[in-house]
Amino acid sequence: MDFSKLQELAQKERERQEQYKHRIFCCTSTACLSAGAGATHSMLEQSVAACECHEHEVEVVATGCMGLCSRGPLVRVETKDEPDVVYQRVSPEVALKIVAEHLPIPPDDKDDTADEEGDILPHDFPHFRASLRKAQEQKGLEQYVLSLDHPFFTKQVKVVLSEIGHVDPQSLEDYLAHGGYQALAHVLANMTPEDVCQTILKSGLRGRGGAGFPTGMKWNFGRLAVGDTKYMIVNGDEGDPGAYMDRTVMEDDPHRVLEGMIIAAYAIGASYGYLYVRGEYPIAIQRLQRAIRLARRRGILGSSVLGTNFSFDADVRIGAGAFVCGEETALINSVEGKRGMPRMRPPYPTTSGLWNAPTVINNVETVASVPPIINHGPEWYAAIGTEKSKGTKVFALAGQLRNTGLIEVPMGITLREIVYDIGEGVSEGHTFKAAQTGGPSGGCISADYLDTPVDYENLKKLGSIMGSGGLVIIDDTTSMPEFARFFMDFCVDESCGKCVPCRVGTVQIRALLDKLIAGQGELDDLDKLEKLCKFVSAASLCGLGQSAPNPVLSTLTYFRHEYEALIQNKTNQEAAAD
Amino acid sequence: MSDRSSGNAESDKRYQLIDRSMKRFDYQKDALLEVLNTTQEAFGYLSEELLGYVSDQLNVPLSQVYGVATFYHMFTFDPLGDHNCIICTGTACHVKGSNLIVNALSEAFNIDEGQTTPDGVFSLKTARCLGSCGLAPVVVIDGDVTGKQTPETTLQRVREIIALSAETTQAEHTRSEVEA
Ligand SMILES: Cc1cc2nc3c(=O)[nH]c(=O)nc-3n(C[C@H](O)[C@H](O)[C@H](O)COP(=O)(O)O)c2cc1C
Ligand code: FES
Repeated sequence: MDFSKLQELAQKERERQEQYKHRIFCCTSTACLSAGAGATHSMLEQSVAACECHEHEVEVVATGCMGLCSRGPLVRVETKDEPDVVYQRVSPEVALKIVAEHLPIPPDDKDDTADEEGDILPHDFPHFRASLRKAQEQKGLEQYVLSLDHPFFTKQVKVVLSEIGHVDPQSLEDYLAHGGYQALAHVLANMTPEDVCQTILKSGLRGRGGAGFPTGMKWNFGRLAVGDTKYMIVNGDEGDPGAYMDRTVMEDDPHRVLEGMIIAAYAIGASYGYLYVRGEYPIAIQRLQRAIRLARRRGILGSSVLGTNFSFDADVRIGAGAFVCGEETALINSVEGKRGMPRMRPPYPTTSGLWNAPTVINNVETVASVPPIINHGPEWYAAIGTEKSKGTKVFALAGQLRNTGLIEVPMGITLREIVYDIGEGVSEGHTFKAAQTGGPSGGCISADYLDTPVDYENLKKLGSIMGSGGLVIIDDTTSMPEFARFFMDFCVDESCGKCVPCRVGTVQIRALLDKLIAGQGELDDLDKLEKLCKFVSAASLCGLGQSAPNPVLSTLTYFRHEYEALIQNKTNQEAAAD
Repeated sequence: MSDRSSGNAESDKRYQLIDRSMKRFDYQKDALLEVLNTTQEAFGYLSEELLGYVSDQLNVPLSQVYGVATFYHMFTFDPLGDHNCIICTGTACHVKGSNLIVNALSEAFNIDEGQTTPDGVFSLKTARCLGSCGLAPVVVIDGDVTGKQTPETTLQRVREIIALSAETTQAEHTRSEVEA
């Protein structure tokens, strides 16, 4: 199907949406669901049905993450010609208040046996209407209104997450109505693969999977690689425990991921692709599979993409829970159905990857950044961010903070702005201790460096990494050696066992940490620890082992006194015993 | 495999799911991971028989099937208890004290993480990040995800669920006795 047909669909969907006076968006993404959004959503639907509104008065939409997960479930009401209102902590009771606030409640003498279909039976209507009236009398809805002027919202710049929370992730039409697949159509009609690579290179986009490799450059390697068949893989393994950016993008805007992936495939000349998704993310898997099905039906995937002679198809591959499988060569082994152990590099996947064919692997957020870059131009994107790190970064902000959730900020924002403006600081009576970025491969940054602009280079200089976007804030209740041990435990478990420095080294580091934490440490143990860490970093085969010591090294740098105190305690106790 | 021919109808249906998954991938060897995923979904765990079945059907050596299955954390080789509680021990949940929840449950039921009570009633498991970090600490009890938990709230909920199903079983038992 060519794009003009899809544009007709988009236009039809836009017209349909514009007819509604109210559109009520309920977040049904994972975090809000675990705060009870399921009950909220069904209460919204049932009580709206009970209002028996005119056609086009109101529509309830299940949508994706609105960001402020700690205040969930979140609900947004869009009313024609009025500003949007966002409500927080929407329990079913609050949902009733919202409906009562925005919709007229009909009197009960109305004929209830009217031709109404759906889950709720018309004879339930009086019951819901009674509840709505009661809710209306109780008032008190104001306390649930979230101010959109709050820095949590105003400090963010949404490029990757722009449609999330607005678009219905299950609907291709809605994605099209939001301008979806326009970038792909433009690329196929007006750009050569080389143009696409140049554009991405010019935008300054760097890989969001952690290492920050320039995406345009990687695509160029892929494009120039020789091979009859080439593959495009999207890495949705998201192994960092404490992060859920990629999950949210895959679940709440799956077509965006697909669109970016198809553009990448066109740029490198790939004919087939895989989306490798963690098995722990069943909803992401379902939604991507659905998006693929719908895209195939409309000719967005298949032998003639959007009616051109470019052919590309894709499938989902499910990971089964191994951190190392996020590493690109291990991921390739896993897609081939093998144990997910890393391979030696070089050769790099762009030369010899999946089934030894040239393969480009990109992170979910990387490919999701591509359509807006095409739509708005590389200059627009490059204007956001710092000199070497362009654009925005999505972070999963978690830990001991008042506001936690999913945020997208321009590169170059300071940690202080993230922690104190967006996050509103740590909870009452506690003090900020450290920001942990990059998960088990990253490090802890202390309060002294809160004013550092966040970008790839700066975080690296501080002994941490950008990582995929986990950002865990800890306060004075967490002991740093214990925190370092937590990550080392993780790496011991996740080391695939292929190379000795990582397999044995991580266990030895953990043993030393255990000894220190148990109060058995000697003075020279800290030196030993440091040496061991540096050795494991230098000698390991893949990124897992090379970066596993980071949490220990960075805490040794910034919080050495906590380690020393552990030893001091022991010395004191011994002195007391003498 | 023998299990198949002697299997009851229920088990047969689940084997069909595995077969369908293999067919979808044209019995290609590289579909091993997908097939194991389907198998675990259908049966809840991977028994020796099931591993053997997959090995036969895909024509992959049993040692390789076993090697792949044991490499990935998601595969389990023992059946789960009637009820289960999965506690997130990802970073965000860890700093919010998820280990205290693990300890409380482990003590209350006298089992370690990853184990099932000897009567098969309750399994205690941990997971790495359930993707609701904003609501840490997060637990899943019999498939229901809830955030902002404490050792007390989780323990209470688990006890309630177990008591409730024990009551139902008891009631059914009494009824069938009365009927008899
Ligand atoms: C141990 C380890 C784990 C990784 N986990 C992930 C992951 O979960 N998601 C991801 O996109 N990249 C991960 N990576 C990085 C990938 O190897 C690869 O660099 C990335 O997917 C490339 O995409 P990008 O250029 O778009 O960032 C990991 C790397 C290592 C060494
Ligand atoms: S760390 Fe527990 S849900 Fe992410």
